[in-house]
Amino acid sequence: MNPKKMAVAGTLESSDVMVRVRPSEVLSLEIKSPVLAQYGDAIRQTAAEVLAERGVTAAEIELIDRGALDCTIRARLETALERSLD
Amino acid sequence: MRRSLLFLPGNQPSLLQNGTVLPADALIFDLEDAVAADEKDSGRYLVSSALRHLDFGRREKIVRINGDAALREKDIWAVVRAGADTIMPPKIAGAALLKEIGELLDEIEKEAGIEAGHTKLMPLLETAAGIEFAYESALASNRVVALALGGEDLAADIGCSRTREGKELLYSRQRLVIAARAAGIEAIDTPFTDAQDNSGLLADALLAKSLGFSGKLAISPQHLKGIHQAFTPTGAQIAYALEVIKAMEAGLRSGLAAVSLRGKMIDKPVVDQAEKTLALARASGLLAAAEEIADAE
Repeated sequence: MNPKKMAVAGTLESSDVMVRVRPSEVLSLEIKSPVLAQYGDAIRQTAAEVLAERGVTAAEIELIDRGALDCTIRARLETALERSLD
Repeated sequence: MRRSLLFLPGNQPSLLQNGTVLPADALIFDLEDAVAADEKDSGRYLVSSALRHLDFGRREKIVRINGDAALREKDIWAVVRAGADTIMPPKIAGAALLKEIGELLDEIEKEAGIEAGHTKLMPLLETAAGIEFAYESALASNRVVALALGGEDLAADIGCSRTREGKELLYSRQRLVIAARAAGIEAIDTPFTDAQDNSGLLADALLAKSLGFSGKLAISPQHLKGIHQAFTPTGAQIAYALEVIKAMEAGLRSGLAAVSLRGKMIDKPVVDQAEKTLALARASGLLAAAEEIADAE
């Protein structure tokens, strides 16, 4: 389900990721990470999987990564998406 | 084996992922006190994701859930489906809530295709009423594998201050141990709360061991070494336990129910104690070496 309002989850602490989700007409994903060159594709793949599982087709999503593991990226994105529906 | 049970804050990724390498027997992913009220959803998602995707090896995966009814149910649904081994409900005082949680676990396990009865319960007793109803809690469900003591909340509830020596908790500790052992389950001691005081931790853990506890909660990885030292049999204890078993085996072959070893009478209670020591040594990976030495002698 697509976001109905802006929502944020996560922090800027080490090993975490802050995710910001906004309603949008199209699906866009912006990633900021110190390891973008090495892990950008993996982060994008993880985000795409979560978005597909939740049926998100239109949203503006920003990920500010601080070296988060895959499971943390999943959790923070799921939390932000859930919060954007309230 | 539950010698050390380490709390990990449920909404801090850096600390959760440390759980994959820390030498604790069990990890307690904390969704209650360690997670701010407006981050409960975030902690639930993070712990669930960690349970699904990180490899915690043989460590028991325990989740301390929230006490609030609405949060409690959401927590249990999420973490059981994600692979939690054991649920730790806080502030338990009697059987009613444990039975209710047990019925919810029945439903979740059935829906998720998890073996019936797989998910265990370790109620946290941290109120005066919790101590009074300890035995009832221990017998509430076959899922209850241990009673755990929460000393900080208990001290606040009964109106006393916590001390380094912990004499204010002596009655509660003994009461909990008796209730747990009478029900045939384990007793887990309260954490020692000064992360920097290793000698205080060791003394506290040795006291807990002497009272009959099988393990101890921990709020700092720094405490794991001292807890293991207190709850793991020493080489001398293992060697003595092996001697006891051998002496009794020889006695039984001669038709004796009690024998003498180093001038002391050895009978069934002593043998039972020796077998517990050897079981713990075996689980700690110490028994094979000790048996080799004994055989060589």
